[in-house]
Amino acid sequence: MKPLVRAIPDGLVVLGLIVYAVPFFWQLLTSFKPEAELLRLPPLLPTRLTLDHYRVVLEHSVIPRALANSLGIASLTTLGALVLGIPAAYAIARFPLPGKSLLLLAIVGSTAFPQIATVSPLYLILRFLGLRDTWLALVLAHTSFALPLTIWLLAGFIREIPPALEESAAVDGASTTQTLGQVVLPLLAPGLASTALLTFLFSWNEFLFAYTFTATEASRTVPVALALFPGVYEVPWGDIAAASMLASLPPILIVLVFQRHLVRGLLAGALRE
Amino acid sequence: MTSGQRASRRRGLLLVAPALTVLALLTGYPALYVLWLSLQHRIPVFGIAEFAGLAHYWFLAQDPRFWNAAGTTGLFTLASVLLELVLGVLVALALYARPRGRRLGFSLLLLAWAMPAVVTAKLFEWLYHPAAGLVNVVLVGRALNWLGDPVLALPAVILADVWRTMPFVAILAYARLLTIPSELYEAAQVDGASRLGMLRYITLPLLRQILMIAVLFRTLDAVRAFDLMFVLTGGGPANTTETLTVYAYRGLFQMLQLGFGSAIGVIVFVLVMTVAWAYLRLLRREGLAA
Repeated sequence: MKPLVRAIPDGLVVLGLIVYAVPFFWQLLTSFKPEAELLRLPPLLPTRLTLDHYRVVLEHSVIPRALANSLGIASLTTLGALVLGIPAAYAIARFPLPGKSLLLLAIVGSTAFPQIATVSPLYLILRFLGLRDTWLALVLAHTSFALPLTIWLLAGFIREIPPALEESAAVDGASTTQTLGQVVLPLLAPGLASTALLTFLFSWNEFLFAYTFTATEASRTVPVALALFPGVYEVPWGDIAAASMLASLPPILIVLVFQRHLVRGLLAGALRE
Repeated sequence: MTSGQRASRRRGLLLVAPALTVLALLTGYPALYVLWLSLQHRIPVFGIAEFAGLAHYWFLAQDPRFWNAAGTTGLFTLASVLLELVLGVLVALALYARPRGRRLGFSLLLLAWAMPAVVTAKLFEWLYHPAAGLVNVVLVGRALNWLGDPVLALPAVILADVWRTMPFVAILAYARLLTIPSELYEAAQVDGASRLGMLRYITLPLLRQILMIAVLFRTLDAVRAFDLMFVLTGGGPANTTETLTVYAYRGLFQMLQLGFGSAIGVIVFVLVMTVAWAYLRLLRREGLAA
C-alpha cells in the first residue's frame, strides 16, 4: 500500500495541504491586519499585526454576550440530552422492550429529520409557551436533535461493555439505578465524553433554529450574531474575521485537546448499525 | 413470560419513558403538526388561519420558482457529494501513506468539519470579495463578483461546502484503510500486482461499504443544507442559489406564510426520508450479499 500512494509526489500533497489550509489561516491573518491594509492587496502580508479588531469585537459588539449564550445553551442541551439519554440508551441496550426495533427505527429516523420541516411548528409552539427569545427555547429546540443522537450513540457504546459485571451486581442485590450509576457509568466514561463533545458541537454550530427563535442579544447565539454582524457604512471585514475566530474557539479547542474522543464519536455515529 | 421477565420489561420501560416523552413532544408532535400546517392558509400577522386542503401543494406543482429550487437542491447535492467523495478518498489515501504531517493534516480536516457553517460562510465570503478577495487577486487576476454572478454563485457555494464536509468522507475512509491487514498488500506484491492493481482490486473494494455509508450521510445533509447558502448568498443572485430549504425559509419567515412554507418543508421532509429509506434498503442488500 505504501508504495502505491508514493506515486503521488510529496510536493503535490504538501501543496494540497497548504491550499486546503488557506481559507482558515487567511481569516486568522485578516483578524490581525490593520484596518487600512485590509482592502489593499497585494501585498499579501501586513506590515504589522494589531489586536484592534479583537478589541472592537470584545468591547463594542454583541459577540461576548452571544458567546455566553452559546456556551450556556450548548452546555444545558448537552446536559439535558445526557440525563434523559443515558437511562434510555441503557434500557435499549440491555432490557427487553416491546417493539424495540420500531423504537430504534423511530430514533434513527428522527436524527434525519430536516430542521426546515420542524422549524414552523416549533416556532408556533414556543410562541404559544411564551418562550421566544429565551435560552430555554433553544435548549428545547436543540434537544429535538441532540436527544436521538445521544440515545443512538450511547446505546452502541453500552453494547460494547461486557454485561458480566452488571449480572454479578444484580446477583449481589444491586438495584437497576445502582448498577447503572456504579457499574455501567464508570465504564462508559469514554463513550460519554465522545457523545457529550458531539452534542455540544452540534448545538454550538446550529443556525436555523437559533436564527428563528431569537430576537435580541438576550438569547442570540454566536452563529446568529456572526451572520447578523453589523456594518455602519461598509462591511467591517477585520472585525468579522476576529468574530469568526472567537466563534470557532470551542471547536478549535475540542479538535486540538479531545481529538481522539471526537473522532470516536464521529465514527460511532456513522458506523453503528 | 415469567414474572422476572415481566419485571425486567417494566424496568426497561420506566428507564426509556422520560426520553420518549420528551422526544414525542419535541420531534413527533412537530412532525405531525407541520403536516397539518401545510394544509392551511396560516398568516399569523393578519390572524389568518383557515383550512386550505392541498392548495399549497397544487400551487407548488405549477410554481416555476419551486421547480427551480428543486433543481438547485439536486444540482448542489449531486455536485458536492460527488466532489467530496472523490477528494475524500484521495485525501484518505494520502494521509495513510504519509506518517509525516499526518497529525497536522488530520487536525486541519477535523477543524474544517467542526467549525460552524456560518463561520465557513464568512471565510469564503472574504475569499470571494470582488476587489480584495484572495481568489481574485491570486488566482483570477480580475475582479470577478463570485457571489453576485448568476453563473458563478452556485459553484462558489458548492466549493465552500466541499471544503467544509469533505473531511467527513476522508476520516471515514481513512479509518477503514487502517483496518485493512497489510498481509493483503504483501501477498499481492509477491504475486506481482502493480500499484494501480492493488488500488483497484484490494483497496477500493474494501472501501466500498464505508463509502456507501458516507454518501448516505452526506446526501441527507446536502438535501437539508441551509446555513451556508442562506448566509453566503441568501438564495441570490436572481434565485440561482435558492434551494428548497431557502425557499421554504423565505416562505415561512419573509413572506410570513406559515402554511405555504410548511408545505415546502414537508416536501423536503419526504425527500430526505425517501433518500434514507432507499439507501437503507441498498445497504441491507449489500450486507446480505457480503
